[in-house]
Amino acid sequence: MSGIPHDHYEPKTGFTKAVESRLPIIGLIHGTLMIPTPKNLNWMWIWGIVLAFCLGLQIVTGIVLVMHYTPHVDMAFASVEHIMRDVNGGHMLRYLHANGASMFFFAVYLHIFRGLYYGSYKAPREITWIIGMIIYLLMMATGFMGYVLPWGQMSFWGATVITGLFGAIPFVGEPIQTWLLGGPAVDNATLNRFFSLHYLLPFVIAGLVIVHIWAFHTTGNNNPTGVEVRRTSKAEAKKDTLPFWPYFVIKDLFALGVVLVVFFAVVGFMPNFLGHPDNYLEANPLSTPAHIVPEWYFLPFYAILRAFTADVWAVQAVSFITGGIVDAKFFGVLAMFGAIIAMALVPWLDTSSVRSGKYRPMFKWWFALLAVDFVVLMWVGAMPTDGIYPYISLIGATYWFAYFFVILPLLGVIEKPLPTPATIEEDFAAHYPGAAE
Amino acid sequence: MMKKLTLSALTALALSTGGAIAAGEGGHVQDVDFSFEGPFGKFDQMQLQRGLQVYTEVCSACHGMKFVPIRTLADEGGPALPEDQVRAYAAQLSVNDEASNMQLFDYNEGAARPLTANDHFPANNSQNAPDLSLMAKARAGFHGPYGTGINQFLKGIGGPEHIVSILTGYTGEEKVEAGTTYYENTAFSTGWIAMAPPLYGEDVEYADGHSNELHHEAEDVAAFLMWAAEPKMMARKRAGFMAVTFLVLLTSLLYLTNKKLWAPHKGKKTSL
Repeated sequence: MSGIPHDHYEPKTGFTKAVESRLPIIGLIHGTLMIPTPKNLNWMWIWGIVLAFCLGLQIVTGIVLVMHYTPHVDMAFASVEHIMRDVNGGHMLRYLHANGASMFFFAVYLHIFRGLYYGSYKAPREITWIIGMIIYLLMMATGFMGYVLPWGQMSFWGATVITGLFGAIPFVGEPIQTWLLGGPAVDNATLNRFFSLHYLLPFVIAGLVIVHIWAFHTTGNNNPTGVEVRRTSKAEAKKDTLPFWPYFVIKDLFALGVVLVVFFAVVGFMPNFLGHPDNYLEANPLSTPAHIVPEWYFLPFYAILRAFTADVWAVQAVSFITGGIVDAKFFGVLAMFGAIIAMALVPWLDTSSVRSGKYRPMFKWWFALLAVDFVVLMWVGAMPTDGIYPYISLIGATYWFAYFFVILPLLGVIEKPLPTPATIEEDFAAHYPGAAE
Repeated sequence: MMKKLTLSALTALALSTGGAIAAGEGGHVQDVDFSFEGPFGKFDQMQLQRGLQVYTEVCSACHGMKFVPIRTLADEGGPALPEDQVRAYAAQLSVNDEASNMQLFDYNEGAARPLTANDHFPANNSQNAPDLSLMAKARAGFHGPYGTGINQFLKGIGGPEHIVSILTGYTGEEKVEAGTTYYENTAFSTGWIAMAPPLYGEDVEYADGHSNELHHEAEDVAAFLMWAAEPKMMARKRAGFMAVTFLVLLTSLLYLTNKKLWAPHKGKKTSL
């Protein structure tokens, strides 16, 4: 096995030798837990643990919720109220699950932006990055379908709007939409398949998480300097790293504790703050809400979807060139998925030879602007589509694409990076001058 | 840089959620200081009982609460009526519209049977009167500033305030459009509501001798509807407080463990 040179597990007793020669599971667990980890990891390297916890929390609370939930259009809303009122601890289970989704996305965005700043996507970690992006897409699908299950007004109309996006695909859109919904409109067939997939996808995510971890356990963790751990010898590797257990396990658990304090305060004291009041109204196909707003974690991409209206010249140009096949609606759909694909392609769009943003004086500012852009898009995604808001979304959406397709490729050519430390050991010693090895 | 990023992410969360709520309703909602606001807020049992009286004598003429089991009136943390009173309350409830309360129809008797404590409150009697089981959570109150929703931290979730504002927001103006009478209301999103003013003040006679002015009646029924929408609120806040307390303890211990664990590698002395 490749990876950072380190001590491997040696079975000592007769029993462990017998097990290890038949199934090397103790060695696998030992290798995973004792993996050499760059000792200079900062507090942005804790979101992985938070995310693993979120996945576990969602699966456990979800499985219990399913025991009491009824996936039928006439009974779904009432069964959720049954959970809230009659099931022992049901109100806590449901609020943990609903707000757990928010914690999940909050953590995944910080995890992704950590990767974008420190260049964690660059060679040799492209596969880790791509798998991460697939996990993120599956999370979005799972979150969206989960929001449909309570069968409130936003559930129903959110499902109508989002599945309508597929209807915008030229020629085949309408049959695809009907196929997804299981009928001409959102109805019982839709609710049932969303329920089935909402139960299935988390286990697909869990499988991909294992592959994600496997991939970066092969390449080793990135770290704030972007300088690789020395692999020339075990002794040198040891100077750059500390084993995951106990050093990073304890550190990550402490960070998880801090996150959970905030999480339980939200669940206990303001569990509906992140939800929409309209979802406490039972779904009614005959009454459209005044504003259909997705959950907060979809808003940046929802803003990009809505940014490209028919009066934008780029949309008109594309529409003209394609003879009207790509209309404003389809353009918006392409832009929304394109915005996520742009992130997935970043290992090949970033041309800089330096990995970490810490040593890239120009990149830093463009990256900061991207983070601001993300926040602005999130805010404007919840605003109405009149007045100044469409212009804000258009500028925000344009910058998102410009960052990935223009700025990142150019920066690698024109930017003069700062010198990076020679080793992780040197960087760590600079932080902690008293460290005597 | 990454600290800034975390901050901006938090800001984004606050901004966007407020925005989501901002897109809900218009109309002016006044702030009311309810006893159940904040992490330690509790329902006022007497207020819930008064609110139940307003609901029973006024609202239930048209509205229903089909998701609320009558037996929960006896629950701790709610109106906490004695069980015999709850049974008596259920037995005297009348169902005017049998079509929306099919479960009560007794085919042997050929008529609707009387309600028991295990039944839910009757559904709505009037087609245009929405169900009130979840109304206190289904209406927004405070969106600002700038659609950030931060006001909710100071003023409460806004649903019960919205109900009070509707009940006290009538100006007295009326208009007739396409055969329907609309009443001007400062809290309603469009300014004109189809519901005739349900409360004028002194509509009910409280057993506990509490003032029955309009704003008292409105606040009492709003508090009751908040309980109806979130009957486990007090249990939830207690669980939240316990969880936060124990997590702060655990996290402090982990902090100290982490500090001691890393100290030799960071060249720091530790007193532990």
